[in-house]
Amino acid sequence: MSESIITLEGVRKTYRSGSVEFEALRGVDAAIEQGEYVAVIGPSGSGKSTLMNILGCLDNPTAGRYLLAGEDVSSMSETQLAEVRNRRIGFVFQQFHLLASQSAWRNVELPLVYAGVPRADRRARAIAALTRVGLADRVDNRPGELSGGQQQRVAVARALVTEPALILADEPTGNLDSRSTADVLALLDELHAAGRTIVLITHEHDVAARAERNLVVRDGEIVSDEPVAGVSA
Amino acid sequence: MSWVETFRAAAEAVRAHRLRSVLTMLGIVIGIASVILTVGFGQGAQNEVKDEISALGSNLLIVSPGSSTDSSGTRGGFGSATTLTLADTTAMSDRSVVPDARAVAPTVSSQTSLVNGDTNWTTSMVGTTTSWPQVRARSVAEGRFFSESEAAAGADVVVLGPDTVDELFADVPDPVGQTVTAGGRTLTVIGVLDASGASSSGSSEDDVAVMPVASALNVSGSTSTAVSTAYVEATSGATLSAAYQEIDALLLTRHAVTADDADFTISTQDSLVETANATNATLTVLLTGVAAISLLVGGVGVMNIMLVSVTERIREIGLRKALGATPRVIGRQFLVEASLLGLTGGLVGLLVGVVGSWALPALIDQPVTLSLTAAAAALATALALGVGFGVYPATRAARLTPIDALRSE
Repeated sequence: MSESIITLEGVRKTYRSGSVEFEALRGVDAAIEQGEYVAVIGPSGSGKSTLMNILGCLDNPTAGRYLLAGEDVSSMSETQLAEVRNRRIGFVFQQFHLLASQSAWRNVELPLVYAGVPRADRRARAIAALTRVGLADRVDNRPGELSGGQQQRVAVARALVTEPALILADEPTGNLDSRSTADVLALLDELHAAGRTIVLITHEHDVAARAERNLVVRDGEIVSDEPVAGVSA
Repeated sequence: MSWVETFRAAAEAVRAHRLRSVLTMLGIVIGIASVILTVGFGQGAQNEVKDEISALGSNLLIVSPGSSTDSSGTRGGFGSATTLTLADTTAMSDRSVVPDARAVAPTVSSQTSLVNGDTNWTTSMVGTTTSWPQVRARSVAEGRFFSESEAAAGADVVVLGPDTVDELFADVPDPVGQTVTAGGRTLTVIGVLDASGASSSGSSEDDVAVMPVASALNVSGSTSTAVSTAYVEATSGATLSAAYQEIDALLLTRHAVTADDADFTISTQDSLVETANATNATLTVLLTGVAAISLLVGGVGVMNIMLVSVTERIREIGLRKALGATPRVIGRQFLVEASLLGLTGGLVGLLVGVVGSWALPALIDQPVTLSLTAAAAALATALALGVGFGVYPATRAARLTPIDALRSE
């Protein structure tokens, strides 16, 4: 039996702009276990981005509880959340978000800088992570000198380098051509096979089909939670 | 994140945006350099004035006709130019009346044209007594000064300043014994003065023709006994004020006036230095004010660029926050960046100021004294400007929420 990495209990999120209130999440319950590969899928405006922000500890829920690796993070301060993000979560963004002026390994070491890891260890771990994503020969290249697929792999290496409990990928293939998409999805498959917990947010069904479980979000609620056909849990 | 890491990240950001960093620092560089240079000019001018005044001689009292209230100007009155006469200076030379004066040198000055063959040179002619070299602390480089008997006889002799010699006897190796004509009289050059070095405002102390009073009156064809300025040397620095009192009392009695109506002025070197410094200080304050404003503008420049930098790097800030940077760390990074720009700009400005104060005097013939206080203050200001104007952009950067920052275009 596996342990829950993520537990959401009645999570709500209300945005307020002036006198207008908008309920982006209306009570979400979910549990994601160690080693699972889950896709959160839904059309734009469904609340999946809000869900991703809360899962990524980028935002606090208005109500409800969120346990990440056994820790209640729903009422933490901004500074505490920064630390949780640093230790527990590896982000992969649609726009890669790499620092253009820094080489690949400097980008990958960034989370370790904020974790207070000594400089010498950082370089070794960054290069190990880049090797893991197949970019051992590109460590000193800047993002501008890499293809889109390679840039996203650098971002994946950056997400891996802290050995986080959760890899959170927000539309990781949204900016990639079909070949790079296949590349990055294959890499995620590999990481899943190696036992990583991955949550993928997407609106593309063929991307979601690569996961072993799909959470469908619509109008701020999870409307369906099913294993993907043909994948054994 | 340690301070070392923060500093490294800030240095990288400064380097990564080279052009922007250089433009930011430019304001600070100009501000600091101009503060250092203007203060340097002011101090240089003050030192020059001090040197000039001490070159007049030592323990000196300068008695001039006409009254002056403390600092509000000279009271003209009737014939103020003739209120000091040769009879007055002769009385001052009486040891029983003015025991604390060592020597008195009255001077009768006017502009005169000296002619040597077809060379014509207008210089300031000074008629005086044999005490002049001692009182004015001047010596004769070649030949000799005129003697008592020549003074008494009003002999046609002249001692020239070195610059005057250069003008009149450019091709003559030894001007002593040569003659010049002035006011229809032929004067024999009996000596050449040593260079004094100092040049008092307008006319050089080294461009003069010194001769006995009677000779000078012969040349100018005047019969006036008016004295332009009388220089009195006190027996020592300690007796300077006693000598001042004695001369003051003597002249008041001789002119039969009260102190309030005094028709003469006695100044000391100190009072001259003070007056000159007061003028210079006003100018220095003015210039420093202008420089300080440019420094302030430079500081506002740093703030603007830092604000632009925050806006431009909003996604980088979002990313750094997502990866675990706390608001404090982000704020610190921008603060260190701003301070780094301020400090680097300050150091470059210091360098420009130092090089400028070394190079400028050669170009514009004005002394510049490098002031360590001004340099240190300017550098501290640069750092304070960096930190001060960096705080607002830094807090703005720190306050951004990671999602909004990441999403922004």
